[in-house]
Amino acid sequence: MHMADALISPAVGGTMWAATAGLIAYSAKKVKEEADDRKIPLMGVLGAFIFAAQMINFSIPGTGSSGHLGGGMILAILLGPYAAFLVMASVLIVQALFFADGGLLALGCNIFNLGFFPCFIVYPLIYRKIVAGMPTRGRIMLGSVLGAIAGLQLGAFSVVLETVLAGIAELPFRAFVLLMQPIHLAIGIVEGLVTAAVVTFVWKARPEILDAVEYVGVIGKKVEMKRTFLGLAVAAVIAGGALSWFASGNPDGLEWAMFKTSGKEELESHEPAHVSLAAIQEKTAILPDYGFKKAESETAPEVWPAVDLGTSVSGLVGGALTLLLAVVIGLGLRRSKRAA
Amino acid sequence: MNNIGANSFNIGYLDTLACGDSVLHRLDPRAKLIATLMFIVAVVSFDKYALSQLTPFFIYPIVLISLGGLPAGYLLKKVLLVSPFAILVGIFNPLLDKEILIQFGSIGIAGGWISFMSILLRFVLTVTAALILVSLTGFNAVCGALLKFGMPRPFVMQLLFFYRYIFVLTDEAERMVRAGSFRSFNSRAVGFKTFIPLTGTLLLRTLERAERIYHAMCCRGFDGHIRIIRAMKIRHQEIIFTLGWTFLFIWLRCYNIPLTLGALITGVLK
Amino acid sequence: MSHHIVEAVDLQYTYPDGTAGLKGVSFRISHGESVAIVGENGAVKSTLLLHLNGYLTAAQGTVRIGDYPLTKQNLKAVRRSVGMVFQNPDDQLFMPTVFDDVAFGPLNLGLAKEEVVLTVNRALETVGVAHLKQRPPYKLSQGEKRAVSIATVLAMSPDILVMDEPTSSLDPRSRRRLIELLKTFRHTKIVATHDLDMALDLCERTIVLHQGRITADGPTQKIMRDEELLRSSSLEKPLRMQSCPVCAGEKKAF
Repeated sequence: MHMADALISPAVGGTMWAATAGLIAYSAKKVKEEADDRKIPLMGVLGAFIFAAQMINFSIPGTGSSGHLGGGMILAILLGPYAAFLVMASVLIVQALFFADGGLLALGCNIFNLGFFPCFIVYPLIYRKIVAGMPTRGRIMLGSVLGAIAGLQLGAFSVVLETVLAGIAELPFRAFVLLMQPIHLAIGIVEGLVTAAVVTFVWKARPEILDAVEYVGVIGKKVEMKRTFLGLAVAAVIAGGALSWFASGNPDGLEWAMFKTSGKEELESHEPAHVSLAAIQEKTAILPDYGFKKAESETAPEVWPAVDLGTSVSGLVGGALTLLLAVVIGLGLRRSKRAA
Repeated sequence: MNNIGANSFNIGYLDTLACGDSVLHRLDPRAKLIATLMFIVAVVSFDKYALSQLTPFFIYPIVLISLGGLPAGYLLKKVLLVSPFAILVGIFNPLLDKEILIQFGSIGIAGGWISFMSILLRFVLTVTAALILVSLTGFNAVCGALLKFGMPRPFVMQLLFFYRYIFVLTDEAERMVRAGSFRSFNSRAVGFKTFIPLTGTLLLRTLERAERIYHAMCCRGFDGHIRIIRAMKIRHQEIIFTLGWTFLFIWLRCYNIPLTLGALITGVLK
Repeated sequence: MSHHIVEAVDLQYTYPDGTAGLKGVSFRISHGESVAIVGENGAVKSTLLLHLNGYLTAAQGTVRIGDYPLTKQNLKAVRRSVGMVFQNPDDQLFMPTVFDDVAFGPLNLGLAKEEVVLTVNRALETVGVAHLKQRPPYKLSQGEKRAVSIATVLAMSPDILVMDEPTSSLDPRSRRRLIELLKTFRHTKIVATHDLDMALDLCERTIVLHQGRITADGPTQKIMRDEELLRSSSLEKPLRMQSCPVCAGEKKAF
């Protein structure tokens, strides 16, 4: 469920980065306030544990497929929400840097989708409410399964929103939702079961570990705090939406701004596609009502009035040439470096 | 499951590359971090049909790979191997967006194909940039840069711990899985019944390890505050590197060089 | 110079699960002595070591480091003078690079940066691994890890070195090198080990632990010759003191 750089616009990526950075700063402050010396090394090795555990695949009985451990939930259960969020962010950063899972710009989205929901929504509002400081096998099971399902549904939905808002991928909102949500329901159930089993295993062996978390990092002691978070989340989503609509509606922000200020769009006759491109993107990028693009066949002729053959061909030729040039420069550099 | 070793090898390998010595390796990590971010933002800021405009951006990875003496083939393979989500989502573009955008005689290329190609180009560019950052800088130095840029201390510190113990724990996980697979017939994935005690035990051992590490820290005077010496210096090289690339990216972003070039060439040919 | 003294008086410790660990352990180790603590698995050697720097507190009995009994108040001072080298270097080397790791202690002591750099260099040179300074710990061999672990402790300039199984998982050459290195140290040394040959090389005195009690305390040479004692403590003569079957066979052949 990793978002990729290639699928998002700077507006969406930037907004989610900002939201995530804010959450990291806030969580780090909270962890610092807990003033538990043991926490930093504990967080580090638990992150490494999640990282390692995610590489162990288990077969899902009867399906022939395999799954692996999620992480956000287990971390929240073992560390409390703030520390868990920081650790989840770290796991995703390392995955982004080393395995190219996602990418750097999409990192904000990924941390938000896979960290924010399990740690700050699911754990305090579902898992903690169900387990309520008195773990039993049944409660852990129920809390984990419901929690994992909710977390993944929210995360998957968030992926859909981000992708659609960015408007790079053509996949329509409704179809994407119908694709993502059921898949993640199944994944959620499996992840919930695994989480419950692992947590129960630890709880049986070292009950005091789960107890310890009960006293620290309790989120939502004050209602305002919870509201602040939800508010932040909603604001981020709205801002991201607005910004990316703006960005994708005006594919070339700079030129758009130039046009705005000069007001002489007609003069740029070699760029005739822009306004109409904006129209197309408005149709494709905005949320629900565009279904499968029936309307487009009618509008198509006027939408692309100026498929300038010359422009396209020179674009391709020029692109290929530039690439070639870049490679030549690279080889030259390498050779001169060897010679030196 | 069987790729645990390969994965930690990959991390280790990128880190080994970072131990190399070149002009680029010696640059302050902050300069490289900023340049990388500038690059990524510039690349993803193009509209979805951008194709030729993206090609000049290859100059950045190519120059860095050449000057840094990085193994281009290895990085390329790595990039191509991991692209499931982008391709999965992008592949719908050709199916859904069938407007003909480019016409070569009788062959029309649909907008969906162009935007799909654009997604792939973006993917290759951004992912390569991230890999190059790590291979030229090393994860620990990137963390150092994050700290200097004001990332919260507890976050960066646990990130360093995390990175340190990835190697230890993936090793441990691999040994446990190997031991398990010697006693079972399914080598692709462990059974659910094995997975739970295996992961649970790994988790318990991890918790015990955390305890021992904390103890080791206390033995050396740990008082809740982790101190670290990082000598970083912004010299002329760093400023030139960062500003140079940034201006180039802005320039490439604003002017369609390939188009101009192409127009020139096709004009001459005519 | 009396601050190099380590004294335990009637230490008793019970594990959280109720098993008895130490059942009244007393000894006194004076300045500059090298003492091996030997005993079978589960002989709570490590538990005893953890008492020496205040990580565990005995249910009964006292530990004195130098002239003072170990209390919560002087814990920091004690931990500075008692350097602990752990059995598993991966637990001890937790920082991103060798330099950072060795610098961790001195920085905590509040030394100035330049001084820290000097101290780190000196410690690494002492154990002969100065060239590894910028390496991350996971790129070290077992022997190198052990050497760096010792450097991290030396950088704190302790008076007393406490080591848990320092020769475990070392190849023979690294082991030999380590023993030679440790011989050059003039600190008071306390070494918990199964490696009786090392004890013979390094320590003039040996304390035998068996089932939570001290069953012998005396000159290493004497204890290692006492087959009866060793057998009853689940130990066995150091290999080099056992009659060599290969050599014996060769003799017969001639």
